[in-house]
Amino acid sequence: MARIAPPYWLLAELTYQCPLHCAFCYNPLNYDAVRNELTTGEWVRVMREARAMGAVQLGFSGGEPLARDDLEELVAEARRLGFYSNLITSGVGLNEARIAALKNAGLDHIQLSFQDSTKELNDFLSSTKTFDLKMKVARLIKQYDYPMVMNCVLHRYNLPHVGKIIEMALELGAEYLELANTQYYGWAMKNRAQLMPTLEQVREAERVVAEYRERIGDRCKLLFVVPDYFEDRPKACMNGWGAVFLGVAPDGVALPCHNARDLPGLNLPNVRDMALADIWRDSPGFNAYRGNDWMQEPCRSCDEKARDLGGCRCQAFMLAGDAAATDPVCAKSPRRGEVDKVIRFASQPAGQLGSVAVIAQPIVFRSNANSRAVTNSVTNSATDSVTTAVTTSTPR
Amino acid sequence: MNAIPFPATPAISRHFRLQWEEAQGCYVLLYPEGMVKLNGSAGEILACCDGATGIDAIVSTLEAKFATTGLRDDIEGLLGHAYQQKWIV
Repeated sequence: MARIAPPYWLLAELTYQCPLHCAFCYNPLNYDAVRNELTTGEWVRVMREARAMGAVQLGFSGGEPLARDDLEELVAEARRLGFYSNLITSGVGLNEARIAALKNAGLDHIQLSFQDSTKELNDFLSSTKTFDLKMKVARLIKQYDYPMVMNCVLHRYNLPHVGKIIEMALELGAEYLELANTQYYGWAMKNRAQLMPTLEQVREAERVVAEYRERIGDRCKLLFVVPDYFEDRPKACMNGWGAVFLGVAPDGVALPCHNARDLPGLNLPNVRDMALADIWRDSPGFNAYRGNDWMQEPCRSCDEKARDLGGCRCQAFMLAGDAAATDPVCAKSPRRGEVDKVIRFASQPAGQLGSVAVIAQPIVFRSNANSRAVTNSVTNSATDSVTTAVTTSTPR
Repeated sequence: MNAIPFPATPAISRHFRLQWEEAQGCYVLLYPEGMVKLNGSAGEILACCDGATGIDAIVSTLEAKFATTGLRDDIEGLLGHAYQQKWIV
């Protein structure tokens, strides 16, 4: 194989602890079983080794990274090393003392997540009362002269509010707004039937975003990517396996993609056992889907394989049962029918666009108790057999 | 052809950080989740943008540094482009 380029982006998932319980979280279902978080010293070593290889962008994520009380120390080290650092946060725990300390330590930017433009839906989807607090944090971020990057995960419940979400971002002075359609991994996959939007919702949201882009120019950059399931070609997931992204989970497991630990048989290395450069270049986990030698048909002989690199390995595993298969999102995949079935199902439940459907299976919020329940029960019958109606009022 | 205007004493915008990247062998502009790789001359010019130095001083600094003359048009062109891209203010 040709010379392996160094990673560009290091994602430090400092902890799986989180005060929120979002139904669309991509963290693994069994996160509560992950203990033994890396120490401050171990994270410093990981950052040094990644920087020495040439990594430039550093994301502090989780879970909620503010749950670690050594965050300021890690940020200061990141700055000394020359990383461009990004705090990916729910805002919970970000008071004025901490944001001042983070600024002082050299943090470059903060990405604040919202769940919706309305208090009701934000608080419902995160199963907390956090909306007012997030608004306060957004003002702190401006006050401390940070570029304001807002992120809102989209799905069936809030897609009809996309215009209001943009208005809120403008009002708060956001320079970037990431309208991130739900990716169905972890808890989001568990709740896919409830979160999956209809085709009409996606197209309408696309139209609204295009209209705002026209109107607001470069005042705020709107990032909106159509969800995979509604396209007929997959995306070049992670810009290629082992190509630019290196994630490290709270317990030190090195990840070629956020959800790699859900893939069977990968044998992912741990930063406690191996130097980062060896992990990146030589470990079987990081080489498993690097390049295109691993591809099967129809990818192998496809003239588009250089563009999408066969799509997403996790999606291939979850929908086709084989992580090396063509991503079933692709119209050329023999398993595309699985994706269409999910979309068709989404358009069936009662409830109109803009209202919240009443669905016969409850949303499973990400919580420690649910994590243990899901992990302990093979069939998850304990949660699936309970039928509750999910209703919230639709704000105007 | 009209030159694109740029500020009298340009400075790197607070939304970007200019730094030398040893691994890339070039100056880069870093911003949230992205990076612009600069070629040799663009990097040298932007490294002069400290918010206090004007175009005349930037030209003479770089002409002295590279022992050459006639750089003014290239430098003004790059600064105009950098201003359009919001790299400098």
